[in-house]
Amino acid sequence: MTAQAEPPHLPGGGTQTTAPAVPRQRGGGPAPGPGQERPATEGKVLNVFSHGILVIWALMVSLPLLWAVMSAFKTDNEIFTSPWALPKGLHFDAWGRAWSDAHMSQYFVNSLVVVAGSLAGTMLLGSMAAYVLARFEFPGNRFFYFLFVGGMSFPVILALVPLFFVMKNMHLLNTYPGLILVYIAYSLPFTVFFLTGFFRTLPSSVAEAALIDGASHTRTFFQVMLPMAKPGLISVGIFNFLGQWNQYLLPAVLNIGDEDKKLLPQGLVALAVSQRYKGDWSGLFAGLVIAMLPVLAAYVIFQRQVQQGLTAGALK
Amino acid sequence: MQHGKYRFIAGFLVVPLAIYGVFVISPFVQAIYYSFTDWTGLSSKFKVTGLKNYQRLWDDELFWKAVGHNVLLLLVLPLVTLGLALFFAFMLNVGGRRRKNAAVGGVRGAGLYKVVYFFPQVLSIAIVALLFKFAYNPNSGAINSFLSAIGLDSVRPDWLGDPDLALWCVTAVMVWSNVGFYVVLFSAGMSSIPKDFYEAALLDGAGRAQTFFRITLPLLWDTVQTGWVYMGIMALDGFAVVQIMTDGPGPDYSTELLTYYLYTKAFSDGQAGYATALGVALLIVTLIFAGVVMKLGRRERLEY
Repeated sequence: MTAQAEPPHLPGGGTQTTAPAVPRQRGGGPAPGPGQERPATEGKVLNVFSHGILVIWALMVSLPLLWAVMSAFKTDNEIFTSPWALPKGLHFDAWGRAWSDAHMSQYFVNSLVVVAGSLAGTMLLGSMAAYVLARFEFPGNRFFYFLFVGGMSFPVILALVPLFFVMKNMHLLNTYPGLILVYIAYSLPFTVFFLTGFFRTLPSSVAEAALIDGASHTRTFFQVMLPMAKPGLISVGIFNFLGQWNQYLLPAVLNIGDEDKKLLPQGLVALAVSQRYKGDWSGLFAGLVIAMLPVLAAYVIFQRQVQQGLTAGALK
Repeated sequence: MQHGKYRFIAGFLVVPLAIYGVFVISPFVQAIYYSFTDWTGLSSKFKVTGLKNYQRLWDDELFWKAVGHNVLLLLVLPLVTLGLALFFAFMLNVGGRRRKNAAVGGVRGAGLYKVVYFFPQVLSIAIVALLFKFAYNPNSGAINSFLSAIGLDSVRPDWLGDPDLALWCVTAVMVWSNVGFYVVLFSAGMSSIPKDFYEAALLDGAGRAQTFFRITLPLLWDTVQTGWVYMGIMALDGFAVVQIMTDGPGPDYSTELLTYYLYTKAFSDGQAGYATALGVALLIVTLIFAGVVMKLGRRERLEY
């Protein structure tokens, strides 16, 4: 949004590398004059105050998650009688129940299959379309670009009813390929939008050199341009991965046939509302944690890329 | 080189366009058409009824109730979320002072705060909603047992079961899951504001509040506005939170939202035509909202 569009691969995020030389007088020298006494204490009080608020929010964010993890190690009785107490012993049986009896392992694999397929498809088709739209002049170029980008601004739920029947007529309801195609379709607007911008920023001399050397357009794309676009692909890839892995609305409508075919968030919600598991709180918490942990772990490891990927998406 | 160009372009565009056309464009166009019919969604027979669906919408009490809830969310959600996020981001990037001779800097541990605040953003909204459904449970949920633990045993509200509270509980969860994202977004924006602006303000004796309102906020305005539009669109959605946390419209329809109403009309009540009319209404609200924000938010663009 700001004047200079920062390439998302630069570590622009939270780094404050510059420490410009500030006149020493406000730097807190060894002998502070009387005039500097007041702002110093004010700063201290404010720092305590602001740290206090920051800590409170950090607790508000992390305590519910910790509570879920803790509860997954408890017995049902402990959960009911003392929800905030630490578990008396580590009970792992809830995890086993959630993983196998409650089909969490199956849901996990389902999510993995669908997201692997749709992510690969989104990245391939999205970068192909974006490359053509960014670097070639042809009649209809602007039209197709706006056709893709326009999809970002409409509420998905409006399309849902007709989409359901489109899928039904094509016999794609409740199938992996159906979900994969829909995920790809609804990820394309943003992917094309982002990557078109990115391909435009790449220097054209390299691609021209490859063409002069006799490489075909296709070969130039796969062997020269795609590797050059890696930072952009990673950003938009993270964005799409999280979006597709966490998707709830689309499977909730288009994937309702077979119990065993549910995706992870969907399967977990179905478990929680089904009568059969009403009493099994520890099992449900274990399921919840199983669904949460992989993304949280991946996020902690790649937090810089994730934060940049998601915010780069929003800033454009 | 030229002769292969169009074949290449066509080859690269045809598959993405086909998928996009079949699953995104055509349903949108069909939705607008179906909104003028009495289609049930169950049989393939239907007839065009003109504006009848929209007339019915106009007299539908539940529709207006849902609109009211959505408008309330539209006002509260961006205000609270973005306000909190701006405050936190300012603290983390500019709020700390008097360290290492730097004019401005974040408080200690700013990086860690950002990592923690972002947690909810990577979780599925379905998982978040489920987690809070447990936490709000009146008997053994985390929140009420916390109230008991600090001696407020007499309070213990019925949270999601109380028609006066349910919508606020849902709103709180949406705030909870979104603040972190905007903290990071605004932090990125703030770190691109030149440091000498802050130094100059500091030398002129500006306090933190002044620095925030005179320097940070005006220079960040574009990003805030983008965030406002995003938050507004989120406020118009809210399907997963409502469906999971309050099992639908909530007690006495207190959490009925447009998206959930549409979903019930289409997939349980067999009124697909009417549901698509609802969708068109939702689209109109979205466009009006985006237009108003853009119009109101227009300011002199500050280049730096």
